[in-house]
Amino acid sequence: MELSSNLIIFYLLAAFMVVSAILAVASKRIMRAATCLLFVLVGTAGLYLMLNYHFLAAVQLSVYAGGILVLFLFAIFLTNPKGDAAEPHDRRRVVMGIVASLCGAVVAGFIILKQFCLYPVSDTAIGDHEVNMKVIGTALMGTEKYQYLLPFEALSVLLLACIIGGILIARKS
Amino acid sequence: MIPMNHYLALSIILFFVGIYGFIARKNMLAVLISVELVLNAVELNFSVFNRYLYPERLEGMFFSLFGIAISAAETAVAIAIIINVYRNMQSIDIRHVDKLKG
Repeated sequence: MELSSNLIIFYLLAAFMVVSAILAVASKRIMRAATCLLFVLVGTAGLYLMLNYHFLAAVQLSVYAGGILVLFLFAIFLTNPKGDAAEPHDRRRVVMGIVASLCGAVVAGFIILKQFCLYPVSDTAIGDHEVNMKVIGTALMGTEKYQYLLPFEALSVLLLACIIGGILIARKS
Repeated sequence: MIPMNHYLALSIILFFVGIYGFIARKNMLAVLISVELVLNAVELNFSVFNRYLYPERLEGMFFSLFGIAISAAETAVAIAIIINVYRNMQSIDIRHVDKLKG
């Protein structure tokens, strides 16, 4: 019973995300595309919750849906003088894009289908526990094996470089 | 529990929708939105593989975490560049930005 309700929620979320993603790349209005991207990102946070990665869902919501979307909205406001300037779709580009993405999707889908027909995944290997916040903190701040202090610090330097670079590029000279 | 291949199928669809947008769109911001879709699908894949194949470990989750942070940094720089391009050329259509083309 619980399994079927989980499946229903997953399918609802998946359908919502696929429709939003297609709208995000197909809509001619850039503002609408950004809103659809927001829906996809919130749906992904929902999937992280279903996988029991609560911390990851919170990060996804706060960084992606909170930070990046605001950046996008400001960029749209700053670069669109004529309001929603519709861009006419170029037929050749659209055909090329559809061909490329269909080829890739067929190859990847075939690999997954083959893999799961040959070796069905066993349900016993699935961990269903939530990751403890203390464990995440220890792993993020430790220097031993499977601990991540060095990437964490490298990331902080990268973020600092991006802040300075962004200011330097975008300011009026 | 949901079968793993359902997550992977969803991730494939999101990834290739992003690829399509990356090729077909002409507004720079729309191209950037497509890149975000691709990155999002990849991060979903990382955490799904971690949860289903190695549930006692945390590597995939941390890959997703660092991927989210890196994509935030990348978006900030890309948007700064786009605003600068708009200021210099009054357009963010990728067909008009060809000064570096040989």
